[in-house]
Amino acid sequence: MTRFIVRRTMQMVAVLFCTSVFTFLIFQVIPNGNPALRLAGQTATPQTIAAIERQWGFNKPIYVQYLDTMQKVLTGSVISYSQQINVLAEIRRGLPATISLAGGAAVIWLLAGVALGTLSALRAGRFSDRALAVLSLVGISTPSFVLATALLYLLAYKVHVFPLSGYVPLTQSPWQWFLHLVLPWFCLSFIYVGFYSRVLRSNMLDTLREDYVRTATAKGLSRRRVIVGHVLRASLIPLISLWGLDFAGVIGGGAILVEVVFNLNGVGQYAAESIQTLDVPPVLVIVMYGAFLVVVLSAIIDVLYVVLDPRVRLNA
Amino acid sequence: MALNQGLPRADRAGLLLGDDLVADEVIPGISPYRLAARRLRRDRTALGFGCLFLLIVAACLLAPVYSHDVAGIGPNVNNVTGTIQVNGRSVNVVSLQGIPIGPTWHARYFFGADTLGRDVAVRLLYGGRTSLAIGFMAAAITMIFGVAVGLVAGYYRGVVDGVLARLLDIIWAYPAVLLGVAIGTSLALGGLKIGPLTIQGNSIFIPAFLIGFVYIPYVAKPIRGQVLALREREFVDAARGLACGNVRIMVREILPNLSSTIVVFFPLIVAGAILLEASLSFLGAGVQPPNASWGTMIQEGLPLLTTSPQLVLVPGGMLVLTVLGINVFGEGVRDALDPKSTIRLGR
Repeated sequence: MTRFIVRRTMQMVAVLFCTSVFTFLIFQVIPNGNPALRLAGQTATPQTIAAIERQWGFNKPIYVQYLDTMQKVLTGSVISYSQQINVLAEIRRGLPATISLAGGAAVIWLLAGVALGTLSALRAGRFSDRALAVLSLVGISTPSFVLATALLYLLAYKVHVFPLSGYVPLTQSPWQWFLHLVLPWFCLSFIYVGFYSRVLRSNMLDTLREDYVRTATAKGLSRRRVIVGHVLRASLIPLISLWGLDFAGVIGGGAILVEVVFNLNGVGQYAAESIQTLDVPPVLVIVMYGAFLVVVLSAIIDVLYVVLDPRVRLNA
Repeated sequence: MALNQGLPRADRAGLLLGDDLVADEVIPGISPYRLAARRLRRDRTALGFGCLFLLIVAACLLAPVYSHDVAGIGPNVNNVTGTIQVNGRSVNVVSLQGIPIGPTWHARYFFGADTLGRDVAVRLLYGGRTSLAIGFMAAAITMIFGVAVGLVAGYYRGVVDGVLARLLDIIWAYPAVLLGVAIGTSLALGGLKIGPLTIQGNSIFIPAFLIGFVYIPYVAKPIRGQVLALREREFVDAARGLACGNVRIMVREILPNLSSTIVVFFPLIVAGAILLEASLSFLGAGVQPPNASWGTMIQEGLPLLTTSPQLVLVPGGMLVLTVLGINVFGEGVRDALDPKSTIRLGR
């Protein structure tokens, strides 16, 4: 166990290093053109370009540039060029909104996915099962931001069920916080609910055929206890690992789209605004942190997986 | 492969139903592809959505005809000060308050106009050409490189596999949207120059290339797994016994066995690529002006959502219909070729 954790941690550090190099390369060394020009954005004066060249040290060897960049990113001293604001401070300002959005959506899609998946596995082939199959196909075909615009128009503008947009901090008013986040949560989790229920459904159908499930039934357990205690428990493990990765993916990526539509002023919206002005430093920092988050979370999940599933522990 | 087992499942016309209802009856003497075609023919839902997709493709291909003969206005023609006749009355295309006209349901401005007085229906069809072209180009790039990487990694194993797998893991570590945003922002600024090949920053090849790149691990990983199993089979030993070279074994012996996987993946990747293109363009990291796609149309229309919802809802609806069409058809193809759904995109 300890050996596994140590090995996985070392592997994680290696991947972290590789992603940082890769991100650095994407922004700094993609062939063609002066990197200072990229960093400066579209409306750069020769003075800014010269200043950037000096500040980021583009005349130095490439490994020095990499180390400089990483030092800036890790100490949080990157400055955006369009507004001259510290990038880390901006990210920290947007973080509560992004975490509220992604965390709430992740809980919703896990609970709804488990409920619907269980239902559909127990009713395989019947109407509700097929309805769920349709729902999951519609889910994976509808981008979150398109759903978001449609719902925003219908439910917030046409029928005033929900507030138009914006984010209210939890500390300021829990009820308003909740109201402002209902639609974003729904839009962000919509894709995943269908997908998760399909995965759980097929896991459960496989598990239902296992010998130990028949044994549990034979020794007189109620249907409910067999399903919840034996079938569901065994089928949930792969779903949990999927869930951790998707959560990281949503925090580091998917949330951007929904935040923009609902004007939640989170990290994602900051990234989107920076992209639109082609202000590279914030994008670089957000991409790097996002990738780091995914790598670290996936390592944690791998360790959890071993803790949860004894079969994996034996092989590891 | 489990292709020769199982009755056609079309009587249920199901979408994603599992294999638990399939009878184990062997039908002798039919090739797997013919059997699959027969299954697909009976899957009305899949065929219906496939036709929907083809209709959308045809409509987008006919965009110049619509623009010229029906709407009478080009996709990038501004008409801020113009007026049109609607039900016998003369109406400003863009009102004095700057609000564009809504859907007229007539030949001119069928879906209304945008703030510059451009015809939304015309732009929708032209934008669709961009979105579809990028979707297909990106999927082709993903399939070619994904299959090549998976084939080489699975066949040679060892060090080659280790290096390739680590490279894929790095791409994998990024959420797809985030990686697309990173590369898209970087390339949009300066374009791309590989040797003699120069691509402008606003070319649609840039999003096509980067989306194709982002999806490579999703295809390469499952392909690699299949190759690992296939390379142990007798026919590979036989080919090696006949002194065939590695390349020949990979291309002539193993690759044909991957064909059904490739056929199953292709529509799913096209759907994913169109969605990712829309997301990136919506964020401004995909298709760059003057080109338009459904994603950029939604981005441009978002600030006007409350006064002119057609600017967002029309391209959004078209996007969903298109992707739904491919996805349902793709699921039908998968059910037909792989009834036990053993083939899965990597995740």
